[in-house]
Amino acid sequence: MDSEISGIRSPSAPGSGDAEPERDRPRLRLHVPKHVPEPDKPPDFSYVPRFAAGAVERPDIGVPAQETHPLAYQLIRVLDDEGAAVGAWDPKLSPDTLRRGLRAMMLTRAYDDRMFRQQRQGKISFYMKCTGEEAIGVGQAFGLAPDDMLFATYRQQGLLIARDWPILDMMCECYSNSHDRLKGRQLPVLYSARAASFFSLAGNLGIQFPQAVGWAMASAIKGDHRIAASWIGEGSTAEPDFHHALTFASVYRAPVILNVVNNQWAISSHQEIAGGEAATFAARAIGFGLASLRVDGNDFLAVCGATQWAAERARNNHGATLIEMFTYRAAPHSTSDDPTRYRPEDEWRTWPYGDPIERLSKHLIRIGEWSPERHTQLEAELVDYVREVGREAESYGTMQTGPHFSVRTMFEDVFKEMPWHLRRQRQELGV
Amino acid sequence: MSAMSMVQALNSAIDVMLDRDPDVVIFGEDVGFYGGVFRVTEGLQKKHGDHRVFDAPIAEGGMLGAAVGMGAYGLRPIVEIQFADYIYPATDQLISAAARLRYRSGGEFWAPITVRAPCGGGIFGGQTHSQSVEAIFTHVCGLKTVIPSNPYDAKGLLISAIEDDDPVVFFEPKRLYNGPFDGHPDRPSVPWTQHPQSEVPAGYYTVPLGQAAVVRPGDAVTVLAYGTMVHVALAAAEEAEIDAEVIDLRTLLPLDIDTVVDSVKKTGRCVIAHEATRTCGYGAELAALVQEHCFYHLEAPIVRVTGWDTPYPHIFEWEYFPGPQRVAEGMRRALEG
Repeated sequence: MDSEISGIRSPSAPGSGDAEPERDRPRLRLHVPKHVPEPDKPPDFSYVPRFAAGAVERPDIGVPAQETHPLAYQLIRVLDDEGAAVGAWDPKLSPDTLRRGLRAMMLTRAYDDRMFRQQRQGKISFYMKCTGEEAIGVGQAFGLAPDDMLFATYRQQGLLIARDWPILDMMCECYSNSHDRLKGRQLPVLYSARAASFFSLAGNLGIQFPQAVGWAMASAIKGDHRIAASWIGEGSTAEPDFHHALTFASVYRAPVILNVVNNQWAISSHQEIAGGEAATFAARAIGFGLASLRVDGNDFLAVCGATQWAAERARNNHGATLIEMFTYRAAPHSTSDDPTRYRPEDEWRTWPYGDPIERLSKHLIRIGEWSPERHTQLEAELVDYVREVGREAESYGTMQTGPHFSVRTMFEDVFKEMPWHLRRQRQELGV
Repeated sequence: MSAMSMVQALNSAIDVMLDRDPDVVIFGEDVGFYGGVFRVTEGLQKKHGDHRVFDAPIAEGGMLGAAVGMGAYGLRPIVEIQFADYIYPATDQLISAAARLRYRSGGEFWAPITVRAPCGGGIFGGQTHSQSVEAIFTHVCGLKTVIPSNPYDAKGLLISAIEDDDPVVFFEPKRLYNGPFDGHPDRPSVPWTQHPQSEVPAGYYTVPLGQAAVVRPGDAVTVLAYGTMVHVALAAAEEAEIDAEVIDLRTLLPLDIDTVVDSVKKTGRCVIAHEATRTCGYGAELAALVQEHCFYHLEAPIVRVTGWDTPYPHIFEWEYFPGPQRVAEGMRRALEG
């Protein structure tokens, strides 16, 4: 369109730029975050800030959200390098509870290891481990009431294990066998356990986040006492669902805990591709006026203590908290990717915040409630236990060999009552 | 019984259900304090409180996400999407979550959600306030899709939708909110009060989902229509003096296939009329079903009279809208073919 006719000035029109000649103007550059380090270089965690244990103040649970916002740029830690529990965030759990937490984390790891191998043997189609992140699922379950509702991702199997949900049931889901309550409809690891207040996992990243807020709103509408908690990966915080969840949680002051598990990696994309360079993920809470905490996700006590704080805040109608669980995904994304193609193979061994199981074990040993021998013995017992349960699960069928649910059931549960067109399609298949 | 517009009938349905079932809630943009841009929720917040009837942020995906969680808790949420044209951000939660929840959880969780949205053209709303998007949802397994054409059905169908344990997408033809519209924009608008289907009981009743209505019996040709097009098809039959049998489908999914098949077997001719764009529209599914079930009874090719495959144009409203002349022309083609 002619600029004189439209009245819109083209760049060459008089008055549009009489100061600098074009060659002197800065040229625009696109910033694409660097992928560091390269797979063949040594691990480099220089970007990871170091925070001392016990350094962060614990505000009263009823403080205005704004008073928690400085915490978005700190890191709540309880266990120090020597295994001592220090500072205000220590949930002061009994030795028995600590041992139960340790056992649940170790069982989660043993379970993951076996199921990962089952995939390699072709007995299941797919698997996802949470190695290195066990303190998040387990520690948060210990910080919540057993009937609080959980809207997790596929990497919080520790929630179910900490709630003593039978791993036999989880295995049968992975095998899609005749005892799979989900009737062979879901990929392995996409569990559903209503009896454990554990919402059906979707596999569509992020969609559970606003659902948890809706559940929490319902609980508030009904004057209930239960709260909801949800998890999302740092990568999926880019999805609109994340922003919907924070908006609704803020507007309705919903009794919900919203957790961002920043495990540094979304398949091969480093957390910078999700916006981790410019601000912490905990800081996403600031603009929404939600309380924010940033927690060492490999510190069982810090995870549990922070979750207790957020739960108590929600339960007392002070609203939602966004917690960034700062951790490292030691496992591959799933059985379908090869991490050596995008990061140094042994990177996780040098993660500045260590291994959650080793750290809690060290703490228990330090307070005289555990020993290296008991640890080794429990490790062996759990491997045996998982193998034994695995054999029972396999006796109900594997993906490869069956038996599976009847094909007839493929047409069920699309609707509560099967409509005519599905009945006819079932007849067409001849089942 | 009293004469109600479709807006009043929908308001009454929600009011009745808020009274009957403490688990029913309704929310959406401008739904609470103001009572909705089309006034469907007028007075409901005042009567039932802001825990049951409330405003939502402008985030259709967030509304549906929250509704899925509320449904899992045990509520029966009704979500108002201000215009069907704005439903797209909600489709991920509708398709990936609500529609599949019962299936993927082995029946442990479900989504008893009703999504209401004004649909269709005829109000010079341009391409952002005129779309008919029903076929996007009839294509999704696990969703029910409903479109009423009059106040009596609107109330009875909405109550059925709210009581249904599966997610229902409930499209309300906005051109019918305040009166029947036969597709003649040049004629004075008629209020619902003069229409027999505006006699609506004040209390609870249902019109079951999955049942079509024969609104004009006839022998010459079957016209399958829903929403505004029911009134257009009736006008077309009268004006062209064709003995058409006009069927108001009312529910698109699950479809009342028996009523459709019985009629086409009787007439041997079939016209499908909808406002939505033609290609892969719901008419394509209807045409496929009719030929599958009635092939040897058909005397002529099935005719589709639809909106054109363009965005809904602002100034060419009446060239776009499939009015009575186009429907009559379609019937003549079916009769001659």
